[in-house]
Amino acid sequence: MTDQLRDATGGDVRLTGIGKTYGSFTAVHPLDLTVPQGSFFALLGASGCGKTTTLRMIAGLEEPTSGTVLIGGQDVTALPPYKRPVNTVFQSYALFPHLDIFENVAFGLRRRGKKDVKKQVDEMLELVELGQYARRKPHQLSGGQQQRVAVARALINHPQVLLLDEPLGALDLKLRRQMQLELKRIQTEVGITFVHVTHDQEEAMTMADTIAVMNGGRVEQLGAPAELYENPATTFVANFLGQSNLLPAEVTGGAGEDLLVSVAGTRLAVPRARCATGAERVHLGVRPEKITITHATEQVAEGRNKLAGTVLDSSFIGVSTQYVVRTDGGQEVTVFEQNMERDARIVPGAAVQLHWNPAHSFALDAAQAIDAGTAEEAA
Amino acid sequence: MTTTAPAAPSQAVPLEPAERKPKRKLTPYWLLLPGIVWLVVFFAVPMLYQGSTSLQTGSLEEGFKVTWHFSTYWDAVVEYKWHFVRSFSYAAVATVLCLVIGYPLAYTIAFKANRRWRNVILILVIAPFFTSFLIRTLAWKTILSDGGPVVGALNALHVLDVTNALGLTSGDRVLATPLAVVCGLTYNFLPFMILPLYTSLERIDPRLHEAAGDLYARPFTTFRKVTFPISLPGVVAGTLLTFIPASGDYINAQLLGSPSEQMVGNGIQKQFLNVLDYPTAAALSFVLMALILGMVTVYMRKAGTEELV
Repeated sequence: MTDQLRDATGGDVRLTGIGKTYGSFTAVHPLDLTVPQGSFFALLGASGCGKTTTLRMIAGLEEPTSGTVLIGGQDVTALPPYKRPVNTVFQSYALFPHLDIFENVAFGLRRRGKKDVKKQVDEMLELVELGQYARRKPHQLSGGQQQRVAVARALINHPQVLLLDEPLGALDLKLRRQMQLELKRIQTEVGITFVHVTHDQEEAMTMADTIAVMNGGRVEQLGAPAELYENPATTFVANFLGQSNLLPAEVTGGAGEDLLVSVAGTRLAVPRARCATGAERVHLGVRPEKITITHATEQVAEGRNKLAGTVLDSSFIGVSTQYVVRTDGGQEVTVFEQNMERDARIVPGAAVQLHWNPAHSFALDAAQAIDAGTAEEAA
Repeated sequence: MTTTAPAAPSQAVPLEPAERKPKRKLTPYWLLLPGIVWLVVFFAVPMLYQGSTSLQTGSLEEGFKVTWHFSTYWDAVVEYKWHFVRSFSYAAVATVLCLVIGYPLAYTIAFKANRRWRNVILILVIAPFFTSFLIRTLAWKTILSDGGPVVGALNALHVLDVTNALGLTSGDRVLATPLAVVCGLTYNFLPFMILPLYTSLERIDPRLHEAAGDLYARPFTTFRKVTFPISLPGVVAGTLLTFIPASGDYINAQLLGSPSEQMVGNGIQKQFLNVLDYPTAAALSFVLMALILGMVTVYMRKAGTEELV
């Protein structure tokens, strides 16, 4: 408890106007970011979005072109990495191949001339459950074990901030899920500020308290995972974080709390509070799992957003079934339906109705590219 | 043979398709064949021949006969003991100098130079090989000539006073002194040091440097604790590739030294080509080989390279 009080101002990271350019290429546009002490903060984005550069500027491995880095109130912008109170878990770990696991973990302690290295290292290896591997060389360990060594090697120094650069990128899916929980547990246990860089939106949402979605060297949106997911501010966030159906629409008027829009002639409602723009032309968004699919002959309750269409494709993915429906207006809409009471009539070619609670709609300015952040755009 | 073998005893091991098995087994041997033939014709046979020569007695006129005359070895070692001492000490000094000059250069090529410069420097490192060893060594004779600019500069800087005191030079001369021979050896074998050093340094992930810096190591500590230990296989390879040929070399001592700088290679050359005492020459060759092998073995044990890979 006292430790936490003392550290209350110790581990917050404040970036003010920090930016990085390489010649004429701007990797990171000047940005302001505050990571509160003790939080698990994720920088999320596709490769080349500037997230790793931002992390490296915090670590001191990259010199910012502009702005300052403050860690716990101290300006560290001019300090070399070895003088900063941060430690990094590198992508592909960067374990020292000539040292055994014990010496890898002890490296930071020995550099600072700490006493009782053996005791501390043993304890740390116990924490990551690698006690019996102390005398092995890194190449004799599996990917997941190496990853834990990398975490132990950084954490043993009690940094004010732990920086993680795609630490799970080299692991297979199952191990990655396991390590996500493991890292989250360690973070809760030690209470250190974690700044985590990842391109995996699921990983960011599972682990982080706060996510900053980056795109093209800028922070697109910052917030808690649920908030970003339910209330994306840009088409990039809508598409990159999970999946979204975005339908071109025109604002036709308002009704109380709701804004009325027209999607290819069909009138739909969207809450004003979930409308991030005042523009006339918008992209109406709705997440695939919010949509209910029913056969065209079924009655749909009043007050719901409704679209009629034809099933193009359906694929069974275990917990749910994914439908692709072409609406009568000509747009393709993806729907995830839980496999509970499946209507056998809903097969490709069938006429269906899509309907959802208007509160689950959101509207974004149509000036943005509708496919920003999708896999198609990346390819 | 395998086609008729009953598969019964080892049910657990699935048998390979019978017709592919013998072919697959023989492939490595076929691939090794050219190398083996080369080794037999140009190494094993001459070795046996020289071995027998070293145990012969006789003269060119009467012919040589194998008489198992082992004392040739002893006589040769006694006669040429100072040649051996000089060979190994010159080679050792040259190897150390190569390491001192070559390591920073290899480090720069591997970590500091951009890709274009990297290739330019590497080409410059091997450029001397485009001229013959002999001509390069003769060039050093000109460079170090008496009254030349190098000697003048060394004299003006009082470097020669130091080397005179160390017994490496005498008076105002550099040529025909141990220093000249060591300079020649260092120059001629430097690429053999740089290239293996470069290869081992180039393989080091630059992120290891970042990781060390991140873990509170200053740049020099990073070098001492991470870069250098990981590059040790390159250091071992480089020192061997420099020391072994340097200790058998005779051109440098011949062209840049005086009779009192003669190395064991000069002795072997003289016995083979001038004195025509083939048994002594062969015995000297074997002693040199045995001593180098012994030293290399001890060195490899100490360096413990198998730990590093």
